[in-house]
Amino acid sequence: MIEEKFASGRSFIHQLDPKIRIIASIILSFAAALCDNLYIAGFYFIISSILITMAKLKWMDVVNRLKPLFWFLLMIWIILPLTFDGETVYQYYGLRITVSGVILCCKITIKSITILLIFTALIATMTVASLGNGLHRLYVPDKMVFLLLMSYRYIAVIEEEYKRLLRAAKFRGFNPKTNLHSYKTFAYLAGMLFVRASLRAQRVHQAMLCRGFNQKFHTLDVYQPNRLNSIFLMGIFAASLSLVIFEIMWI
Amino acid sequence: MHISEGVLSGPVLASGAVLAMAGTAIGLKKIDYDRIVHVAILASAFFVASLIHVNIGPASAHLILNGIMGLLLGFAAVPAILTALLLQSVFFQYGGLTTLGVNVVVMAAPAVLVHYLFLPLLGKSSPLNFTAGFLAGLFSILFSSLLLGLALWFTDENFFETSLVIITAHIPVMIIEGIVTGFCVTFLLKVYPEIIPVRKK
Repeated sequence: MIEEKFASGRSFIHQLDPKIRIIASIILSFAAALCDNLYIAGFYFIISSILITMAKLKWMDVVNRLKPLFWFLLMIWIILPLTFDGETVYQYYGLRITVSGVILCCKITIKSITILLIFTALIATMTVASLGNGLHRLYVPDKMVFLLLMSYRYIAVIEEEYKRLLRAAKFRGFNPKTNLHSYKTFAYLAGMLFVRASLRAQRVHQAMLCRGFNQKFHTLDVYQPNRLNSIFLMGIFAASLSLVIFEIMWI
Repeated sequence: MHISEGVLSGPVLASGAVLAMAGTAIGLKKIDYDRIVHVAILASAFFVASLIHVNIGPASAHLILNGIMGLLLGFAAVPAILTALLLQSVFFQYGGLTTLGVNVVVMAAPAVLVHYLFLPLLGKSSPLNFTAGFLAGLFSILFSSLLLGLALWFTDENFFETSLVIITAHIPVMIIEGIVTGFCVTFLLKVYPEIIPVRKK
């Protein structure tokens, strides 16, 4: 159920330093999020598609990954054109579809897909361990990085616990329906997850102390400084900056 | 509960990010290294619990449980929720980088609020425990959907109807989350009361 599908790969993007990828994705995502022009948003979309191609990801997998977003976009397309004020493009009895509503929907669609593509191409292509390493070298507080790495490590374990509990409930004839009994069962199941998580945390903490944990995580990954990293970052920076300036001058 | 990318305006994104950072800083300050493993593994439990789907008639909704997180962790819920949301985006791509701050505020601010409102009521009598849990679950989702609506409304006043639709759509979720949180709290108080930081007099 939980896997890092894109993290293993041998493309150019996969070889970049996590730190560089995090900075690049922040710059590019915010530039795309703040852009307010449909055509410029199109340019950002092209850049993000190029990044996906550079990371050699299968488009089918990427589209599958964006499924939750599509439901949201569907909702937006149903509500916004009908509720926005502006020039009417089509009228059917009481329902008016406005131009500004449709344009806004297009903008939101392109921008949201673009930002998620950037995230997929640059961040989802590294393991959470590398992400933690990158964040650490970007001076994110130690405790935050610790939290991220530790909960990442234990998600699979807790998920196993959850599956075991659910299996046990099903063996006893549990069939989820819309009734109080089902909600109660799920509540106890979630409660048991929290109990087991807490008990496990105590054991893990004791084991860490036994092994001399001194509040520091050491990373084994070493990234060689490489000129490609800075060229990539400069490229992303220049592209974003020129699009931002272009938008300001143009409008 | 997530707000999607590409919708919110710059000022809303920026204030979300700043508030989330401030909350995370306070939360991290309150976690010492003896408790950090506990917070981290509870964050993974929170992540897994949000994969539980419950039926609502023909549809289904996943549990959110930020109310429970708030009750159990207080301010430490902010970094825990940030962690869970970041991992969710890495694994499932629910949301990306620019809305992370706003989403953390939407989920974590109600959690912290619920902690201070309803934790003092726990541990007195069992009907009161369930009621306090129910209200914690209900209010955490209510506040979250209100914050989400506000974020949209501050972006553009034309989003008012969309906000109303979102808040209305969450009413069944509020009730279910209330019931589940109520049962969960009574269960925890019976089975493992140490996990709930009830203030000793």
